[in-house]
Amino acid sequence: MKTPITFTLNGEEAAVFVDPGGNLLDVLRRGCGDLSPKYGCGQGGCGACTVMIDGEAHIACLTLAETVAGRRVDTAGGLADGPDLHPLQIAFMEGFAAQCGYCTPGMLMAAKALLDRNPNPTRAEVDEAISGNLCRCTGYEPIIDAILEAAKHRGAA
Amino acid sequence: MVVEYRKDLFADERADDFDVVGKPILRQDILGHVTGRSPFYDDHLFDGLLHMRCVRSPHHHARIRSVDASGAERMAGVVKVLSARDVPVNVNTLLSLINFGRDDEPLLATDKVSYVGQPILAIVATSVRAAEAAVQAVRVDYEELPFVLDVEEALKPEAPVVNAEYPNNTFDYADTYDHQKLRFGDVDKGFAEADHIVEATYQMSPIEQAPIETCGAIAAPETNDRITVYTSTQGLFFSVGVTAKQLDLNSARLHFIGGTVGGGFGGKVDSHHEPLAALACLATGKPVKYMWDRAEEMQVGAPRGGERWKIKDGVARDGRILARMFTGFFDAGAFTRLSSYAVQKSTGHLPGPYSIPNVASNVYCVYTNRTPSTAMRGFGITACDFAIERHMDKVARAVGMDPIELRILNAYRDGDMKAHRRAAKNCALIESCQVVAQKTGWALSGEAMRASSKIGGGEGALGLIPETVIDEEGRIGERRRTGLGPEPDAGQGARRRLPQGHSAHNSSAFGNAPQREDMAAEQERSGFKAPMAPTAPAPKPAEPAPVAPPAAAAPVTGGPSLPSAYTARPAASLPTPPEPPRPAPTAAAPPPPPPQPEDPARPHFQRAVKRPGVSRFLSGTRRR
Ligand code: FES
Ligand code: FES
Repeated sequence: MKTPITFTLNGEEAAVFVDPGGNLLDVLRRGCGDLSPKYGCGQGGCGACTVMIDGEAHIACLTLAETVAGRRVDTAGGLADGPDLHPLQIAFMEGFAAQCGYCTPGMLMAAKALLDRNPNPTRAEVDEAISGNLCRCTGYEPIIDAILEAAKHRGAA
Repeated sequence: MVVEYRKDLFADERADDFDVVGKPILRQDILGHVTGRSPFYDDHLFDGLLHMRCVRSPHHHARIRSVDASGAERMAGVVKVLSARDVPVNVNTLLSLINFGRDDEPLLATDKVSYVGQPILAIVATSVRAAEAAVQAVRVDYEELPFVLDVEEALKPEAPVVNAEYPNNTFDYADTYDHQKLRFGDVDKGFAEADHIVEATYQMSPIEQAPIETCGAIAAPETNDRITVYTSTQGLFFSVGVTAKQLDLNSARLHFIGGTVGGGFGGKVDSHHEPLAALACLATGKPVKYMWDRAEEMQVGAPRGGERWKIKDGVARDGRILARMFTGFFDAGAFTRLSSYAVQKSTGHLPGPYSIPNVASNVYCVYTNRTPSTAMRGFGITACDFAIERHMDKVARAVGMDPIELRILNAYRDGDMKAHRRAAKNCALIESCQVVAQKTGWALSGEAMRASSKIGGGEGALGLIPETVIDEEGRIGERRRTGLGPEPDAGQGARRRLPQGHSAHNSSAFGNAPQREDMAAEQERSGFKAPMAPTAPAPKPAEPAPVAPPAAAAPVTGGPSLPSAYTARPAASLPTPPEPPRPAPTAAAPPPPPPQPEDPARPHFQRAVKRPGVSRFLSGTRRR
């Protein structure tokens, strides 16, 4: 029996039918067609599926889809404001903080959740915020640098 | 990180000024990455997408007595159960596309499984969950077989045969040789002259590439009778070729879309997903996704193969390395994939960046009941470099020398002859060592600081392609017959000096016809014959062969013995004598057999047949 749910996805209203026990990652990708969160492990280990639910970073693959009914979900697909990129996106581009790009949407959302609640994080806080996100290509230093750079930029703006 | 580009040290091979190193640059695909729009293979949506899961072996090695999928076939959501019978060309090897090696790996297992996780059936269902449930419902009756997980164990006569196509548990180079060989100078002479002998064994474990995106492919029917395959492959043309071959399809019917890979590191070249997904697409007429989950990626995904290296150095009191001998074992796992090539790479890399007058190596590509290994970032090189550089430190301790100075002393200088008979050029190890020492405040002697790579070749040699030394008979390198016994049959035909750059290994090692006319002479010269049909695996003798032919004397026996280098180690650790023996200089032993006159009628030597006196390349002492 599928259950209908509605929630806010990147500021727009979304309505989908979900399978019992269906996870948010599947629902976002196949139900809503938002392909920005990625499958890396399906077991909470890699963070590639990280999205924000009501402003907090969550692992979509371990979130029951039904639990987001009526809540606000944000993904990397909604990070840019039209053609204007988010400072985190610019910092990732300029700081070479992505190679294959598979971990990037998850990294960006973990970072955004951090900066939204703590606009001037220390390096250790950035470290902590992305500790659930694995990157096999880039190495974490450029990613941490880019997040700190984005924080600086946002502070100045 | 500060990147310094030292044009004063490295050759200015091209006139361009590097204006990229050290400066930030935008990747061309970065916008897709940061907006989440880069099209990875799983980012293509299809109505009615089917999902595939495989029934896999729980055993390292087992005979399959029977497979009963009738329960699974009746389950809700199950659309198709594919077995080996459904695959037009079930057995393949990746490098068959370049005629290297024999087809040895089934896409779906038939009579036996040789590693944990080997696929037997592929089940296509309307959801991942339904496919997984159906996998659980399949009953396979196994007869467990003895298995072998260690490379040296696998070379023992009593070891189980892992891969029926290669019953000696070693890849056959040019369908004949059970290892790759390198010989330069005379290591025994070098060891005899040495003041110290330094020996050690190094082991590198397998490493999973662990890309964040798991391997997979989606195959979807097109409206023009083609199949579109979205894939994570790192070798798109390998995957097209393999799919066309295994499905017996004209490749014009295959439309492959790839290039956006969520991390590969070598682990995405094996081309197993594409043929299975395309086969299921053909069988169902629906789009089918075959995507590994994380557990499969880690268990079944082919890792970097484990390597074991045994190094023995003969070193003079002053630190000069006079002789270096390697025995290498590359763990291919159950099937070849790219390991045969890894062994060639590592052999081409020996003895490291050092000028050593006497070098010998035997490197084996060995089958074990482990997950088949494949490419990963410098495979065949990194492990052997690890061994070589650890060994350099060991040598430094043995002679009481600074490890950096030891490297400077032995480093290649421009113009030095490498073990592969090519002059070294653009050498900069000495200068690199000096810069490292300066930057880390490591004190070097004045002599080491004054050393330079630019000896012999000098500036003028930089950027030139070095000439390959060819002897009067057209062979690469000077021949050193003395003490090495007869040369292998070189075949008949005119001896010719070859065009520069055509190595004797180019054609003969690959078992295929020369692709260029000017290589034909080379092919003829090397005694090359078209690859013979794989011979039926010899029945396994119940016990080790009672009588060893003279050339395969075991290291424990007296009389003609292995090179002293190899007898120093306990016999138990010697799986295969690396080289047919020749008399020790001092021992009263029969003289080496005289070189055989060339006999045009003599057939090319057979795989795994010991023919004493014909070839010193054959060291297949395991089964005869
Ligand atoms: S896919 Fe969700 S944490 Fe890996
Ligand atoms: S960029 Fe490839 S996993 Fe992070």
